[in-house]
Amino acid sequence: MTTPQIGKIHVTMTVNGTQVDGLVEPRLLLVHFIRENLQLTGTHIGCETSHCGACTVDLDGMSVKSCTVFAVQVDGANIMTIEGMANADGTLSALQEGFRMMHGLQCGFCTPGMIMRAHRLLKENPNPNEEEIRFGISGNLCRCTGYQNIVKAIQYAAAKLNGTEFKEAAE
Amino acid sequence: MIPGPFEYHRPTTIADAVKLLCDFGDDARPLAGGHSLIPMMKLRLATPSHLIDLQALEALKGIRREAESIVIGPMTTQHELLSSQIISKSLPILHEAALVIADPQVRYRGTIGGNIANGDPGNDMPALMMTLDATYRLVGTDETREVSVRDYYQGAYFTALEPGEIMTAITIPVPPVGHGYAYEKLKRKIGDYATAAAAVILTMSDGKVATCSIGLTNLSETALLAEDAAQLVIGTALDDATLKKASAAAEAIMSPAADGRGPVEYRKHVGGVMVARALKRAASVAV
Ligand SMILES: Cc1cc2nc3c(=O)[nH]c(=O)nc-3n(C[C@H](O)[C@H](O)[C@H](O)COP(=O)(O)OP(=O)(O)OC[C@H]3O[C@@H](n4cnc5c(N)ncnc54)[C@H](O)[C@@H]3O)c2cc1C
Ligand code: FES
Ligand code: FES
Repeated sequence: MTTPQIGKIHVTMTVNGTQVDGLVEPRLLLVHFIRENLQLTGTHIGCETSHCGACTVDLDGMSVKSCTVFAVQVDGANIMTIEGMANADGTLSALQEGFRMMHGLQCGFCTPGMIMRAHRLLKENPNPNEEEIRFGISGNLCRCTGYQNIVKAIQYAAAKLNGTEFKEAAE
Repeated sequence: MIPGPFEYHRPTTIADAVKLLCDFGDDARPLAGGHSLIPMMKLRLATPSHLIDLQALEALKGIRREAESIVIGPMTTQHELLSSQIISKSLPILHEAALVIADPQVRYRGTIGGNIANGDPGNDMPALMMTLDATYRLVGTDETREVSVRDYYQGAYFTALEPGEIMTAITIPVPPVGHGYAYEKLKRKIGDYATAAAAVILTMSDGKVATCSIGLTNLSETALLAEDAAQLVIGTALDDATLKKASAAAEAIMSPAADGRGPVEYRKHVGGVMVARALKRAASVAV
């Protein structure tokens, strides 16, 4: 079989509010476009097999695993990565603060994906109970924390965003 | 893991999509949500040199009621199934099943068409489609065919879909109001394919089963319809002896592979257990 001569395709996207573009091979995965072309390395690659969720980004209002999307599929899309999470004035967003205050991370490898997923979860369900949080982050694996503190971090953020008091459940 | 090179096409009409598939023949594959195809391409289990992205085909999207049927566009995602009022009201078993498919991120991208089109025996939706007696519309360059799901699955990754055809609609007859339903899926963890799963749709009359159909996931080369088991329970109140017989009849047609999910005997055994549980739960929600 001869290797086909593949033309590159011009793509344009909005990433963290900024318009970006690039000339890409069709097989370029979104996660590589983000990390290599855009040099935004907060989005991690864990498994590369659509299981771990470390590569999760927000795409047109959906959490997606960017290792399982081609950049050409999302030409024109609006994307948010962990680099776009902080508040406009540079202070930590409620979720970032929650992960910090509740020790929601240890090595931190899963954290960008966890936060991006939790971001969409809270948009869809601003007041989730523990079970809904666990089900909502079931596409994200963490090998360090045992999830307990991640759940608390998300509860902390939900309370802060809702303007209610965060109460840690008794263990 | 990087897939092999391919050319990317995004047709805007069904006719153009079909023409591209015809022109490139075996070298081309339709691309829906990509959550089966891209992993397969990374592993080089699939090496298409042309991908025909169906995302711009508006006619392949949406869920609507047409007379006594629900028509679902194959490009409808699992997430959209979960948010649909029509589905939760008229086909609640699909809502229940979509919740045990994959994980949230995968459900935002993975489509029902991609789940049922290529005959992957691990996927959950084919057995649901069999239980609900769906019909698939397949469009090629020369003709449009309506194929009964019961004739569609012919072997693992082997279906009635001809090269050059795409699936454009899924038509499901609405089960009677008050029907009982359940999808029981045993899996090792969230996001895993079924070790064994059973779908049941039934109606009850005077405390006895009036009609019943049972589908099985990942217990053979294709999804299966457990017809003998379904026949056995009709006219009964699903007493323990009947449930045992129905499980045994279903186990008799199972031929699962031994894999990481367990040896053949185990998978058949739990397959029988899923059938009994689904029957019981379906009866408990029927009115
Ligand atoms: C981590 C993970 C876990 C998963 N767990 C489960 C699970 O538990 N249960 C389950 O059922 N599924 C599971 N899936 C699969 C997922 O649910 C999707 O349904 C599946 O990927 C197929 O949908 P897709 O839109 O991604 O299809 P694609 O990957 O785009 O396509 C799949 C196949 O269908 C063909 N195709 C797609 N649309 C059409 C059409 N309209 N006409 C003709 N051919 C077409 C494509 O050419 C390809 O061969 C999992 C996937 C992942 C990544
Ligand atoms: S790197 Fe994408 S899911 Fe693991
Ligand atoms: S903090 Fe280490 S993987 Fe989650």
